[in-house]
Amino acid sequence: MGTVLVNGVEVEVADDERLNGIQAAARAGVDIPRYCWHPGLSVVASCRMCLVETGTRNAETGAISMMPKLVPACQTPAKAGTVFVTESDAVKKARAMVEEDLLIDHPIDCPICDKAGECYLQDYHFEHGQKERRADIRPFTSRRRDLGPTVTLFVDRCVMCSRCVRFGREVAGTSELLVINRGSDEEIDVLPGFPLENKLSGNVVDLCPVGALGDKDFLYQQRVWFMKRHRQVCTHCATGCSIWTEENQDHVYRVRPRENPHVNQWWMCDIGRYGFHYVHDAARLVGAERRDGNSYKPIEWTEATAELGPKFDEQAKRGRLAAVLSPFLTVEEAFLLARWIRARDVDAMLAVGPVPVEGDDERFKSGFTIRAERCPNRKGIEAIVRHPRGELATWEDVLVEADAGRLAGVWITGGYPKPWVDEAAAGKLADVPLVVVQDLFGSPLWEIATYRLPGTAFAEREGSYVNANHRLQSVDWAVRPPAGARVEGSVYWQLLGMPGLYKSRRVLDDLAATIAYFAPAAEIVPETGVQLDAAAAQVSAAPLLASGS
Amino acid sequence: MQTNDPSITWVEEPRLGLAGKMYLPLIVQGLTTTARHLVSKKVTVSFPEERPQIGNPLIYRGVHRLNKDEQGRVKCVACFLCATACPAHCIDIIGIESPWPDREKYPESFTIDELRCIFCGMCEEACPVDAIELTSLFDLTGRSREEMIFDKEKLLSVYDQTKDAEPTQTAQLAAEAPALPPSSGGAS
Repeated sequence: MGTVLVNGVEVEVADDERLNGIQAAARAGVDIPRYCWHPGLSVVASCRMCLVETGTRNAETGAISMMPKLVPACQTPAKAGTVFVTESDAVKKARAMVEEDLLIDHPIDCPICDKAGECYLQDYHFEHGQKERRADIRPFTSRRRDLGPTVTLFVDRCVMCSRCVRFGREVAGTSELLVINRGSDEEIDVLPGFPLENKLSGNVVDLCPVGALGDKDFLYQQRVWFMKRHRQVCTHCATGCSIWTEENQDHVYRVRPRENPHVNQWWMCDIGRYGFHYVHDAARLVGAERRDGNSYKPIEWTEATAELGPKFDEQAKRGRLAAVLSPFLTVEEAFLLARWIRARDVDAMLAVGPVPVEGDDERFKSGFTIRAERCPNRKGIEAIVRHPRGELATWEDVLVEADAGRLAGVWITGGYPKPWVDEAAAGKLADVPLVVVQDLFGSPLWEIATYRLPGTAFAEREGSYVNANHRLQSVDWAVRPPAGARVEGSVYWQLLGMPGLYKSRRVLDDLAATIAYFAPAAEIVPETGVQLDAAAAQVSAAPLLASGS
Repeated sequence: MQTNDPSITWVEEPRLGLAGKMYLPLIVQGLTTTARHLVSKKVTVSFPEERPQIGNPLIYRGVHRLNKDEQGRVKCVACFLCATACPAHCIDIIGIESPWPDREKYPESFTIDELRCIFCGMCEEACPVDAIELTSLFDLTGRSREEMIFDKEKLLSVYDQTKDAEPTQTAQLAAEAPALPPSSGGAS
């Protein structure tokens, strides 16, 4: 342990932490401005914004000797006895000079710049810049250049922090971006024929401290200050990156990574970043329907939830019931549905829905992985399906049982962003007398359903997902589902006759008490999630499901 | 605060004479005002046969207009600052990439709900390019609520209607100070 002095405040730093001045100052509650330094990238100390005064304190005498010149805090290790002064006149003057230098030929087009509102240059100018502009250059527009299919560069807005270049070299490992020219003519560019085209390309837009890199998907869509962000988890692969879902008036405009050292660090892939558009697809199903001969009649949701219980009870007398738990469900929703179907038929079959797999796992230079398994919650659903008997039925098992005529009622949950069920599978289920389907988009299965219940997408759900590394993360809902669709959790909540509104946290408490695998989630689930015990996934020591529901 | 606080100055009520107690000075004062208005010039007009005179149409806050530039294009750059400043949330903009090289984005749609608007003029204050301005048109009527939601074309037509009587702020500034230093227009 060692003590670092930041503006006279003592900060404890462990010997093996290897912190720099910016990180040590952050512990003292001091924010040192910076452009080029990012915790996930190497240090270049090129922007000079984080210049501070530094020195050392003699451990024995307590005397402080300062360095005569300012040094970049990002490059200065915080060791025992290091002293940082971040608010002296010399430091303030240096910051104002850097700001003035950056703004000499920076276009003053903040009103039309998409970064305005979350731009470091803006924020630092108000905080540290000079009141007046001495340069008589007044550029109002910026040259624009395409870097690839996802990212566009506003050349003159760039402050040459080189974060995007380092990201390509150190994290993505593809090195498409580079700095061309020298001195004041420096620009970010790509080589001809080698556009910025990797599956992590969207991250450079988040990294850019100014408005130089624009996300083509989000460009001009919405001003950032109109949006509210919600803690969620990406549902596009089994990595389960922590994300912010940003919405305005129930419309999701963009998805950005949320820092989580245990899962995705600061990054996310383009599949997840640009994959959210299905939430607002015009083809989304709305309005509950009941089969009436060969046609369908719209029914009220209250009517549906009221008659589904008796209907399934009736079918339970004739044969076995089954529920297919989609790996897109949250563990809370799956648990509620499992509990409901087992209350109808103690012997009911529980199965994991089809697990979509595309290609192989893709691993990048920094260790960031895009999983081939393109669903967020297989591990969590499997743990619920295994409980309490330890057997794991799959979608194929359900089809075999249905084809053999051994099932009297099936509840199928979908929620897949892509088509997931074919004619053949639907044909095998066609003879089951009672089929309830909850899904996002129409499918052959939708055509044979007895009850059609429109489901919801990730942005509309609350609950928890368990990723490929057995990490459970809880999410809040971001937008309301379209009129006529209902969140799965609230449907099951109502089916079980539980009082009030659906609260996923209450279900998670129940779940943690029932299934040993989920026990670590019993108390509070932090924003970065909790680690579940992989060994507990295989066995389930808890007694049979609670009765009375 | 204590009543004996030295910072408090105690003032005595003025003592009234007999006339004061009978309200005579006040009656005379009031009747004088009445008499003055009896003989002064009338300000009430018989609207709508007669139109009231607006003091300075340039600072009046009536119906909005969307200004056009020299080439007849909408001046707005879809920065949403008016919508941000609007306390009544009556401005709704959809911005897209502009087809012109000198501009990055422009409004594909620009609607103002004139019924929701409180005519505070904050949009005009916020606009960085003087694209939205309030005119002196005040007699705003319509037969339905939908009719009172002004779209881009309607707002541009208000400009055509009022541009001669009320020059834009940019035009006024240019007329006042013709020797304004020209902007360099960027490196492009």
